[in-house]
Amino acid sequence: MTEGMKQIFKNTTYLTDMQRSYCPGCTHGVIHRVLCEVLEEMNLMEKSVIVIPVGCSTLAVDYFEFDTVQAPHGRAPAVATGVKRAAPENFVMTYQGDGDLASIGTAEIVHAANRGENITTIFVNNGIYGMTGGQMAPTTLMGWKTETSPYGREASRDGNPIRVSEMLSQLNGPAYIARTSTDSPKNIIGTKKAIRKAFQAQLKGLGFSMVEILSNCPTNWGMSAVDSIKRIQDETMKYYPLGEYKVVEGI
Amino acid sequence: MEIELLAAGFGGQGVMVIGQFMAAASVKENKYALFYPSYGPAMRGGTANCTVVSSDEPIGSPIFTAHQNVMALNLPSFDKFESTVQPNGKLFINSSLIDKKSDRKDIECIYVPSNEMAIEAGSNLAANIVMLGVFLKLTQFAKKETMEQVIQEKFGRKGEKIVSINLKALDAGYNFV
Amino acid sequence: MSEKILMKGAEAIGEAAIKAGCRLFFGYPITPQNEAPAYMSKRMPEVNGTFLQAESEVSAINMLYGAAGAGHRVMTSSSSPGISLMMEGLSYIAGAQLPVVVVNVMRGGPGLGGIGPAQADYFQSTKGGGHGDFRIITLAPADLQEQVDIMYDAFDLADKYRNPVMVLTDGLLGQIMEAVEFKTELDPSSFKPPAWAVTGRKNRPKNLINSFDLDLDGLERHNHEIQAKYKTIQEKEVKFESFHAEDSEIVVVAYGTMGRICKTAIRKMREKENASVGLLRPITLWPFPEKKMLELAQKPSVKAFCTFELSAGQMVEDVRLYSKELKPVHFHGRTGGNVPSPEEVIEKIKSVQKEAR
Ligand SMILES: Cc1ncc(C[n+]2csc(CCOP(=O)(O)OP(=O)(O)O)c2C)c(N)n1
Ligand code: SF4
Repeated sequence: MTEGMKQIFKNTTYLTDMQRSYCPGCTHGVIHRVLCEVLEEMNLMEKSVIVIPVGCSTLAVDYFEFDTVQAPHGRAPAVATGVKRAAPENFVMTYQGDGDLASIGTAEIVHAANRGENITTIFVNNGIYGMTGGQMAPTTLMGWKTETSPYGREASRDGNPIRVSEMLSQLNGPAYIARTSTDSPKNIIGTKKAIRKAFQAQLKGLGFSMVEILSNCPTNWGMSAVDSIKRIQDETMKYYPLGEYKVVEGI
Repeated sequence: MEIELLAAGFGGQGVMVIGQFMAAASVKENKYALFYPSYGPAMRGGTANCTVVSSDEPIGSPIFTAHQNVMALNLPSFDKFESTVQPNGKLFINSSLIDKKSDRKDIECIYVPSNEMAIEAGSNLAANIVMLGVFLKLTQFAKKETMEQVIQEKFGRKGEKIVSINLKALDAGYNFV
Repeated sequence: MSEKILMKGAEAIGEAAIKAGCRLFFGYPITPQNEAPAYMSKRMPEVNGTFLQAESEVSAINMLYGAAGAGHRVMTSSSSPGISLMMEGLSYIAGAQLPVVVVNVMRGGPGLGGIGPAQADYFQSTKGGGHGDFRIITLAPADLQEQVDIMYDAFDLADKYRNPVMVLTDGLLGQIMEAVEFKTELDPSSFKPPAWAVTGRKNRPKNLINSFDLDLDGLERHNHEIQAKYKTIQEKEVKFESFHAEDSEIVVVAYGTMGRICKTAIRKMREKENASVGLLRPITLWPFPEKKMLELAQKPSVKAFCTFELSAGQMVEDVRLYSKELKPVHFHGRTGGNVPSPEEVIEKIKSVQKEAR
């Protein structure tokens, strides 16, 4: 670095330098970076175990420098429970998509949260199944056309989009639940703050913590990256309000 | 007679369209056809390829170690598949994007500046149809009129303009050799 | 009718089911069969049918359990990891003797594995798969026309025997396009709900869909009844293709995509070098063509068997079992989603020929 210059941006060393294979404009990459920055700031490399189930982010088995477990579709909270109960000194996270967490894995996430399992879930809500090519997710908004809702999502057939943060915050087990977004630098900073609080909850042994992050899928939404960000602001954030849904004392 | 082709390029170049149109034209002429797509992580901008067979007889194995015909739309595809052309087979090269020449003496190489020709016809996006035109002329797997019908049917939804650009692109390819 | 249409394998499965009178599809996304549910989500509303994306495969198979119990033709489609999750439900369905059709577009495993074609679910499908003594009628097509025809058979067999039927296909047959013909179109309004279905007790005694019995002898009687049914299926429903299997020294045994590739290899060897090689291609994997295997093994002219699979060796165990190993049984398998070419097959057959001499 040239003398007199201050380094304001540094790549996190918690990510491998493997070429990321997410689509251009996908916010999975930003979320990885923010997550790793917080881990690095809190110096958690040697304690961290992340559990990655199935979705586009399965590719992340190669992206994190710290210990990683690949889990069956939807079962990450159960696998993480096993990791944590066997070795409570581990710092344990799950990184789940909305199909994974809110559809096939509903039982696992509800019960991990309800037990107050001392783990942290990063919940990436892009309102669609990315990996499998754009099917309807439980979080898909009304009217959205997808591969399996070709005429648009309809409540009488498909039910209404699930608000997971609101639902889980009704339970006694969770210590921290927040919803953030990736649509703007401001909200990305907000995401980072929320992740830090969630991590603190785990480090203090306060119970289950989750950050739901609103994200995009330009490929399967069938739009440019720019339009997809606008869609988060115009549609997703309206149905899924940002904010902290549960903060117990002591965080 | 069995005519077989492997077409390869990056996602978005329309290699799957080449394969599907070849299969569709064959079926229209009451022939047997088989189309086998193979996506890399195509959704994430990787390469894609497909194998197509058109035949008067029922088709057997969809897996080939060496190909009668290979069509390479970009450089990685050329590098990967040049060696898989059978001796006496044909290699169709999109010379707009591939500036290499093949060293092989035992095959016939056809260099087609398909992107320039497609732009001439009205759209860069029709480069795949230019290649298809060249391939159709040299292998005669179907009649040109049949392929024109396929183009009309498949692109009809997108409007007259798209249809006419693609018909022009087919013509340009067909008359290139 | 009778027009040939160019279709993708997974979509042709959907259309064939509709033509066979199925109006209920429950499923969950998984590659490489996503085109099937996507197709059904478009088509079912057009024919007044129901498409529902379940929250998981566990739920999907139980939706089948309910719909079949109500007396309707019903199906799902999935791929290996999803089928594993359905095994508990399939055990209940077999126990309660209900007709359902399940399509498994097999991919490479174990675990999450990959998305390339495989045949590594042979054990799971033909040996029961879930808990308890039960069998799934397992049908394995080798090309798209046969896949379409087998869908009709699958519904008929399921109804005839009140038993789950698995159409065991693979990622290659799910993804390729070929021209197919749909031979008939059945009108579901002409079907009458079977007498045992839960349709509401009007002018009849109560119906019960159940696999539970705490009485040891009662449960044993139930098992005897099911086993007797399986015996009938084994006697009556075996299907296979023989391509010169009876008049060859080397008999190749392969099914599905692998059978198709082997046939090309064998045809080449017969044409080029007049090789004495034939093919036995089981179309029903359960019931397995046991008698045919033994008959071939007992032929003095047959010198050896060679089994090809997209697995580390599963069907080969049945080939050994039913040939009573009267002749040597060789094996060549590929895994991970790799598919051998006819040339690779020929090379293996040649080494078997050498050894047989
Ligand atoms: C038991 C089982 N069923 C289905 C699948 C197929 N599958 C892979 S990823 C996925 C869902 C991905 O969607 P999401 O969780 O929203 O994550 P995204 O890809 O959008 O990041 C599904 C259904 C599987 N791997 N295992
Ligand atoms: S498919 Fe969607 S979620 Fe997956 S990497 Fe691409 S943009 Fe991201």
